[in-house]
Amino acid sequence: MLKVSGVHTFYGAIEALKGVDIEIGAGEIVSLIGANGAGKSTLLMTICGSPRARMGRITFEGQDITQMPTYELVRLGIAQSPEGRRIFPRMSVLENLQMGSITAKPGSFANELERVLTLFPRLKERISQRAGTMSGGEQQMLAIGRALMSQPRLLLLDEPSLGLAPLVVKQIFQAVKDINREQKMTVFMVEQNAFHALKLAHRGYVMVNGKVTMSGTGAELLANEEVRSAYLEGGH
Amino acid sequence: MTAISMSSPRAIAWPAILKEAAMTAFVALLLTIPLVGLRTVDRPTGLGLETRWNEVAAAVGLVFLGRLGLCLIREGHAVTVLVLAAAATAAGFFIAMPTEALRVILIGGGAVIAIRAILAIRTGRSKLSQAERDKRMDHIAAQVQHASRWLGPIAVVVALAFPFTPLADRQLLDIGILLLTYIMLGWGLNIVVGLAGLLDLGYVAFYAVGAYSYALLAHYFGFSFWVCLPLAGFLAAMSGVLLGFPVLRLRGDYFAIVTLGFGEIIRIILINWYQFTGGPNGISGIPRPSFFGIADFTRTPAEGTAAFHEMFGLEFSPLHRIIFLYYLILVLALVVNLFTMRVRKLPLGRAWEALREDDIACASLGINRTNMKLAAFAIAAMFGGFAGSFFATRQGFISPESFTFIESAIILAIVVLGGMGSQIGVVVATLLVIGLPEAFRELADYRMLTFGMGMVLIMLWRPRGLLAHRDPTILLHGRSKGGSGGPAAGTAAAGGQGIAGGSAK
Ligand SMILES: Nc1ncnc2c1ncn2[C@@H]1O[C@H](COP(=O)(O)OP(=O)(O)OP(=O)(O)O)[C@@H](O)[C@H]1O
Ligand SMILES: [Mg+2]
Repeated sequence: MLKVSGVHTFYGAIEALKGVDIEIGAGEIVSLIGANGAGKSTLLMTICGSPRARMGRITFEGQDITQMPTYELVRLGIAQSPEGRRIFPRMSVLENLQMGSITAKPGSFANELERVLTLFPRLKERISQRAGTMSGGEQQMLAIGRALMSQPRLLLLDEPSLGLAPLVVKQIFQAVKDINREQKMTVFMVEQNAFHALKLAHRGYVMVNGKVTMSGTGAELLANEEVRSAYLEGGH
Repeated sequence: MTAISMSSPRAIAWPAILKEAAMTAFVALLLTIPLVGLRTVDRPTGLGLETRWNEVAAAVGLVFLGRLGLCLIREGHAVTVLVLAAAATAAGFFIAMPTEALRVILIGGGAVIAIRAILAIRTGRSKLSQAERDKRMDHIAAQVQHASRWLGPIAVVVALAFPFTPLADRQLLDIGILLLTYIMLGWGLNIVVGLAGLLDLGYVAFYAVGAYSYALLAHYFGFSFWVCLPLAGFLAAMSGVLLGFPVLRLRGDYFAIVTLGFGEIIRIILINWYQFTGGPNGISGIPRPSFFGIADFTRTPAEGTAAFHEMFGLEFSPLHRIIFLYYLILVLALVVNLFTMRVRKLPLGRAWEALREDDIACASLGINRTNMKLAAFAIAAMFGGFAGSFFATRQGFISPESFTFIESAIILAIVVLGGMGSQIGVVVATLLVIGLPEAFRELADYRMLTFGMGMVLIMLWRPRGLLAHRDPTILLHGRSKGGSGGPAAGTAAAGGQGIAGGSAK
């Protein structure tokens, strides 16, 4: 579905991605793990076109999207929940969700809203609250919910578990699993929380210093000694 | 702790209090020497300095007393201070003062301290915390917002009826026109600054483009106001797009600085393109508007045109034209207001607000940021252009003098003080920023000083603007405050994507 081949991305003279190849098949959940500063967020942002890849190719369902403007991607069916949630703080929860469907087919709003509110009942309770006053977990639910409102086929998530209590992390990951199973949505997820992310994912990639160093099924990576010592020590 | 000291005033620590008051007075002295004490005057021999030490002394003395009052409130003597402050205010009002400055400070300072004292008496504390104050003000702002639902129409009716009341003399009508012009400009700029969150420091450029478009089109081609009004709006919008293309990639401070530069560039072009624009001399003899092209507001109109007073069987009065101008600007301003209220519920307006909130998230939601910002810029510029051509036709004379940076700053101040994005805030702020100085014209020298002081006070007490409160533009069915989904259904449907009944119960 999504294919990233040989992508190099630069911030000025700094090379943040040094030739990355990744492939995501339809209906999969794929997790990308790696240390801070490895370039995970950069990869997601590059897929979305800002910053642009200086070399390499990104295709979505066969179509070259390397040079496509960011806002066009949503129309193709790629939705992103960027790092740091980036909800609209002074707008209400409902308005935030409405913004998510700004490119969707008219008339689909009610259905999508219903679906998102069933997925995250918490949002329903808070529907007219100002988004900026919600807890971190609620904001994360909103960020994912907002991305879902555009009826994407590929959902890109950047650290959905960032700063959340274990119980909330579980809820969020459960929601990702539900979306994937019930709506056949493909999910590409960047995570620090390697254990949960790999357990949930069908496949995973490990990124070190702007390069993909390992890949395999979630279970394989979880069992791998190197991965265990680098990302999973400390116990769960 | 303070609450206890309130009920049983402890012994006053005079040395500490006096020291604090003296310090404040010293700061006031440093500030007032250049601001009040020295004054440049034109002498035949050149620029000379005039000193006004007694005014400085009066100001410093009053600041000293004021600080003393605040300290005493803190020490639990609010009632005494209240009486004294009220007395000072009254004295300022009723007793003739040697200088005007003394009077302003007495009235203003006395009132502020009296309010503080009342607050202390009512809450048992000398000071509210910032958070509490914010909460209260937000509550007030929310109430005003809700009240504006019926307050707005009433204000419109009052404004409509005003020219027919006996109050309406030439001077008040002129002030009304001035206020409405600034309200219109404030509402126009609010689209860019308040909704789209782009800090535009050069809005006056579009005002100038509108004014000069009309003046030049009338001058060179003899077009009438009614032909030029849309043209001026169009040209201003085009200049907005032209400016927007290069600068909209910039963010925050950089954007603000470039717009500031653009405002100045337009003015400097107007000054220097002597042959075309008349340079610093400006353009005079700009035609006055006719009554929609069918009648003129003159006693003896030119051959072939009707006179307004004859047409309606009225006695000729020069007020007719003024009243007509008043209604014209009222309608123009209301158009801007209606547009803004409506657009907030459409995808375009929602995208603007989202841009203000988070630029990057917008791109990931599929919003074409450049186009949205351009649209905001162009539309606001168009309204600025309308206001500009109104200005030209009302004045009959324009020159680059009228379009200096201070104009931009005043319009921006109106938007920011009102509370960015708040429509009613713009009206309140205009009344404060334009109306008060007009009302206190006698203060001549101190108008700008009081203006500055007011700004500082608002920024201290209400950093987000007077009426910064935002109501959601969409509500769920059955969740509206009234309980009946009536108004909610209205807003949801107006949002372009009504929620199917009961889907989200
Ligand atoms: N806007 C930027 N300008 C310059 N350098 C940047 C920029 N954004 C990221 N970088 C650099 O690129 C590298 C990769 O950053 P990136 O945000 O992709 O890391 P990450 O893997 O997402 O880390 P984390 O897990 O901490 O979020 C880092 O060294 C970072 O300092
Ligand atoms: Mg990251």
